[in-house]
Amino acid sequence: MTSIQAPAAKAGFASFARRFIRRRVSWIPVFAAVALLVVIFVAAQAYFGNFLTPRVISALLLDNAYLFVLAVGMTFVILTGGIDLSVGAVMAFTGMLGASLLRDGVPSGLVVPIMLLLGATFGLAIGVLVQYFDVQPFIASLAAMFAARGLAFIVSLDSIKVEVPEILWLQSTRIQGAPGGFYITPTGIIALLVVIAGALVLAFTRFGRTIYAIGGSEQSARLMGLPVVRTKLLAYVVSGVCAGLAGVVFTAYTGASYPLNGLGTELDTIAAVVIGGTLLTGGSGYVVGSMIGVFVYGTIRTAISFMGADQSWTRISIGLLLLVFVVVQRLIVARSERR
Amino acid sequence: MKKVLTHRLVLPIAALIALVAVNTIARPSFVSVTVQNGQLYGPLIDILRNSAPLMLVSLGMMVVIATRGIDLSVGAIMAVSGAVALTIIDGSPTPDDLGTVLAAIGVAVLIGLLLGAWNGMLVALVGVQPIIATLVLMLAGRGVALLITGGFITTINSAPYKFMAQGYVIGLPFAFFVSVAAIVIVALVERRTALGMLTEAVGINPEASRLAGVRARGIIWGAYAASGLLAGLAGILYSSNTMAADSNAAGLYIELYAILAVVLGGTSLMGGKFTIAGTVIGVFTIETLRSTILFLGVPSAVAPLFLAIAVVIVVLIQSPRVRGIVTRVAQGMRGGTKAEVAR
Repeated sequence: MTSIQAPAAKAGFASFARRFIRRRVSWIPVFAAVALLVVIFVAAQAYFGNFLTPRVISALLLDNAYLFVLAVGMTFVILTGGIDLSVGAVMAFTGMLGASLLRDGVPSGLVVPIMLLLGATFGLAIGVLVQYFDVQPFIASLAAMFAARGLAFIVSLDSIKVEVPEILWLQSTRIQGAPGGFYITPTGIIALLVVIAGALVLAFTRFGRTIYAIGGSEQSARLMGLPVVRTKLLAYVVSGVCAGLAGVVFTAYTGASYPLNGLGTELDTIAAVVIGGTLLTGGSGYVVGSMIGVFVYGTIRTAISFMGADQSWTRISIGLLLLVFVVVQRLIVARSERR
Repeated sequence: MKKVLTHRLVLPIAALIALVAVNTIARPSFVSVTVQNGQLYGPLIDILRNSAPLMLVSLGMMVVIATRGIDLSVGAIMAVSGAVALTIIDGSPTPDDLGTVLAAIGVAVLIGLLLGAWNGMLVALVGVQPIIATLVLMLAGRGVALLITGGFITTINSAPYKFMAQGYVIGLPFAFFVSVAAIVIVALVERRTALGMLTEAVGINPEASRLAGVRARGIIWGAYAASGLLAGLAGILYSSNTMAADSNAAGLYIELYAILAVVLGGTSLMGGKFTIAGTVIGVFTIETLRSTILFLGVPSAVAPLFLAIAVVIVVLIQSPRVRGIVTRVAQGMRGGTKAEVAR
């Protein structure tokens, strides 16, 4: 037996890799996103020489905290086969209303739950339209987006400054952790906690598994007796709550609320989720992948500002990346269909 | 009478008439048309003029939606086409020359066509979902437009170009004639040839139409190319109205307004049957709504809220559940004598 051990170890790796890939086939898009992230990191480090510093890496989490939160909620919705275009506008509206309540002296312990509840209401409204009135998710969330954007301007046409210490604390506190100048802010911790919670809920709870079942085939899920209606409603509510939380995080980040905040953020979020390997047809994808997608987005934005190039290049590169990923996803799906 | 009431254009037309009526009561000047130097002026004329870009985009959107698709990139294509046209005119030594302007418009519209063909290729050949395929260009397009103008808002002085949106022909705005021409051409191509029927066939059941020998690929490709072409032309009208290539503002949200106009007109987002007359009415409804909101003195930033309310009302009216309830109530009122449901 020992005589065949050595060659088996060599062949063993190949077969292990093959077996690994076969078992983890749904994780391949996530690995691709990780590989992409590494490539961007290495390329940026080689080009700038001072890219991979603790300051830049820490800022990545800090600057995109709201996007992580939004991407988690969006992943839930996209996994059911839906889409939520309202997240950016809901984030702006909850931020505006929260800021105006804070300005009027309402305690922040009350304002933050109100903001989350407001987000949940928007999510619920979209869910009800989609589920009970057969409105396409695209149109229902579009209406919510218009409504939230208009309401944000009703609160105030100008930006509202936030001077409440506990909200600003979320952003200004720098918790120095690892050696070498890494730091994390409470907003970053919130973002990471949301990612972890989202991943755990999707992986281990009945609700999470039902979401995958619905995305795979809604008809089958219904025939299996799964609570399709409740789960889909809840997925939109999750996205709405995430949008409300993103409103809190973004308000803390900018120290003010502006009704035009988050214009086009829904597209950035969808792009990040797709780059992270979630199929838009639903049923396949991971919150962790969406997190990687946001990292890719943030890194590209940082690299472009390092170059001093125009920020319009961010959207162009994200568009191109989206194109590459969608085409590759399409090829993967086409191949598995042929089998 | 019953046939008239159940016609699918009844609701859109009723909505438009109601909107105009409310406007007329609120401000009698709404329907007044004054003549100055042989040119007509008035709120209604403004609606005819301002609706032209949305009309062009909505016609393209309608054809794309009929194939079960959606085109999110029209606003970005408008920005690119406006940027291209104004950059060409800005760079030419003779901006007032008709030839220069026509060449610029030709190039810009051609680029719109190419961008539309690119969308069509992704959808028809590669098989990407329409929302995502056009999202790529929606994200990247505005960036490209900004690069073309070098990040600035290019402004020009060119009489022929200005004529596109602001000129008058026999008393009516030239832009109105452009949209009428577009409606007529689309109607002729779709309804006087088999193309319209084939497009609907592709939208109703792609697989069955393929088995029946319909070249679904070419039809889908053509639909996106047409949408790109019309969006390119709309970009010209938009930039001609302001005489500036503002890549951030040009056609912002127009994809959403266009989808709304098409849906308001009674074309289902599920693809298949489409109605040109309905789309035209939908466009005028939205434009009237916008004019109303402006008149009410609501800040234009709040306007989306009213559109959201309009969208919700329309989709609720179209939803099977609400229709079922209405039918049941109507039957109940008739004493439940009629068993069959008039659909």
